Amino acid sequence: MPRTVLEPRFQVEYLSILDSDGNLDTALEPKLSDDELRALYRAMVLGRRLDERMVRLQRQGRIGTFAPIKGQEASQLGSVFTLRPTDWMVPSFRETAAMIRRGWPIEKLLLFFAGYLEGGQPAPDQHDLPVTIPVATQLPHAVGLAYAVQYRGDDAVVMVYFGDGATSEGDFHEALNFAGVWQVPVVFVCQNNQWAISVPLKKQTHSKTIAQKALAYGVPGLQVDGNDVLAVHAAAREAVDRARAGDGPTLIECVTYRLGVHTTADDPTKYRSEEEVRAWERKDPLTRFRAYLEKKTLLEDGLEQRVDADIAAAVARFEAMGPPDPLTLFDHLYAELPPHLAEQRAELERRLRAGAAPAAPAPETPPSATPMRGQRLTRR
Amino acid sequence: MARLNMVKALNLALAQEMERDRDVLILGEDVGVDGGVFRVTDDLQRTFGSQRVIDSPLAEAAIIGTAVGMALYGLKPVCEIQFSGFAFQCFHQVENHAARYRLRTQGRFHCQMVIRMPYGGGVRALEHHTESEEQFYAHIPGLKMVIPSGPRNARALLASAIRDPDPVVFFEAKALYHAAKEEVPDEPETFPIGKARVVSEGRDLTLVAYGAMARVALEAAEQVRAEDGAEAEVIDLLTISPLDRETIVRSVAKTGRAVVVHEAARSFGPGAEIAASIMEGAFLSLEAPVRRVTANDVAFVGFAREKAHVPDAARVVAAVRETLAF
Ligand SMILES: Cc1ncc(C[n+]2csc(CCOP(=O)(O)OP(=O)(O)O)c2C)c(N)n1
Ligand SMILES: [Mg+2]
Repeated sequence: MPRTVLEPRFQVEYLSILDSDGNLDTALEPKLSDDELRALYRAMVLGRRLDERMVRLQRQGRIGTFAPIKGQEASQLGSVFTLRPTDWMVPSFRETAAMIRRGWPIEKLLLFFAGYLEGGQPAPDQHDLPVTIPVATQLPHAVGLAYAVQYRGDDAVVMVYFGDGATSEGDFHEALNFAGVWQVPVVFVCQNNQWAISVPLKKQTHSKTIAQKALAYGVPGLQVDGNDVLAVHAAAREAVDRARAGDGPTLIECVTYRLGVHTTADDPTKYRSEEEVRAWERKDPLTRFRAYLEKKTLLEDGLEQRVDADIAAAVARFEAMGPPDPLTLFDHLYAELPPHLAEQRAELERRLRAGAAPAAPAPETPPSATPMRGQRLTRR
Repeated sequence: MARLNMVKALNLALAQEMERDRDVLILGEDVGVDGGVFRVTDDLQRTFGSQRVIDSPLAEAAIIGTAVGMALYGLKPVCEIQFSGFAFQCFHQVENHAARYRLRTQGRFHCQMVIRMPYGGGVRALEHHTESEEQFYAHIPGLKMVIPSGPRNARALLASAIRDPDPVVFFEAKALYHAAKEEVPDEPETFPIGKARVVSEGRDLTLVAYGAMARVALEAAEQVRAEDGAEAEVIDLLTISPLDRETIVRSVAKTGRAVVVHEAARSFGPGAEIAASIMEGAFLSLEAPVRRVTANDVAFVGFAREKAHVPDAARVVAAVRETLAF
């Protein structure tokens, strides 16, 4: 018997609408209202400026380690803007801009990055999971949520975020496979920012694209210019509509770049060149979207100042919060406090009362060994 | 009342809980059409449909991971891991997420889910099909760990586990699946999680055991009663975590002597925690050191040599006699 070619043959599309030189493909331009465009830009500016502010807060020891988003604003916001509040958003650990769009108060996120679990509590009506640290492990959760949505017959879509490094984890493949088999309403958004800490994409995978990995699971995969907020929005819109219509999952690969450090404990000069960073700075998602809005005369005067004032107000609210009671530590392990935890709680209470253990705020003296490079004592 | 073996008793619990609550789903490898490799989920897919009894793809991490997502939404998945030896493939989802979601979100979300898995020796099977590794789960804050010892308590505890708002790892001793039949009430029955049972009273020594070893401990207690005239009180833990320290300590305060029996390896096993709890709670009553009768600290031995590895009544009797003579 001769070898035959099996159908279907695969192809992977790449979508770009507004390139870094400002060229616009008007045929593909998404139909967003002026208000939507302004809101999108405002969210991007907020994402960028909050990120810069948070790096300073970390350096000053006012919050702990966190993962900056600089450069990835378009990937996060272009996609999350296609969701309704009743849809579900499942972040990894680098989605600050998207999380704010979903309604997480800035001061709550700051509280989270200052090391308090209270900052990770979604509001009662919020359909959002909190930050997930173990890489790729949130992907199956999104698929399970989507299964539950379908099982209950609800009208909701689940959007889940992860990085390029995450696509090497088994959980990524298992989640895509389950989603494909179950045909559930989930949109996988990969922010391919070219690096997983110090490991570049070419050492992460031999595939030409990440998008194509979906095809093996019978799931559509699309690569987009992740620094082009219009392209990301268009791609996400298509995927969300598909999911909502009951036509199953999609993987979107946003080709973008992490302009900053991996986390505030990282020093990227160890593994990548200045030239590479500068080349990507020329593709900055904010610059080109700003130029696009300028042409449409949609730029708001004093936007940056207003955003900064909002951030300053949120930082002030964060710093005005008293440190939460250490005894609440035991409150949410189980629905009911089991006897051994009641005992340990009482023990801590006695220690706190006796002053043997430092009650919050933390001691003023810096810890003798810094836990991670770049990490400082959190002064709260 | 019907006389059921443990497989049928577990099946009854699943069927009744699914009947009772539409949010209860079953998810796992071969659980649907095949009814599970041990037939615990037999016929349930026929009754409840393939949306509720899901033959999942073969991937433990995604079975638990998607179940976590379902639970966050408010469903109550019951996952089957085909053998506990394969649960390492999903251990991160259990430890990182199922056990922590309530804490991480400060009560906004939680994972009401059950993770069932067969464990332990006695079925002449290959590596990864005979181990007893409950210590890994018992060690995880936020999880509950239940191990029944017979058809009636298996049925009642599984129903409780499904209704429990916290994630429960539920170990089923393979050696017990077909070992005995018991009268099991037709009406749904639950047993409290976190409560041990004194299954045989005595004043000379306390035997603490669970799962397949509960029967071994009872057998040993009967033998010393008949041959030595000594009365051993036997505690069947039923829940490993949270541990019912109160029942253990109360018993040892009375008897002054204790022997712990488990099929897990000795070092850092549940016996160590039980012995420490006895030291903390009943030190002044102790007449002898707490003894442990356990498997060796050997990863696996092959079923042909299981007798040299898994505790049996003779080993327990010997430990009891030494403890009484101390
Ligand atoms: C399972 C797991 N392994 C390792 C880590 C440590 N770690 C944190 S982020 C990271 C790289 C992630 O790369 P990528 O998925 O590309 O996301 P990015 O950081 O670029 O957003 C690693 C190795 C982790 N958090 N989880
Ligand atoms: Mg990356």
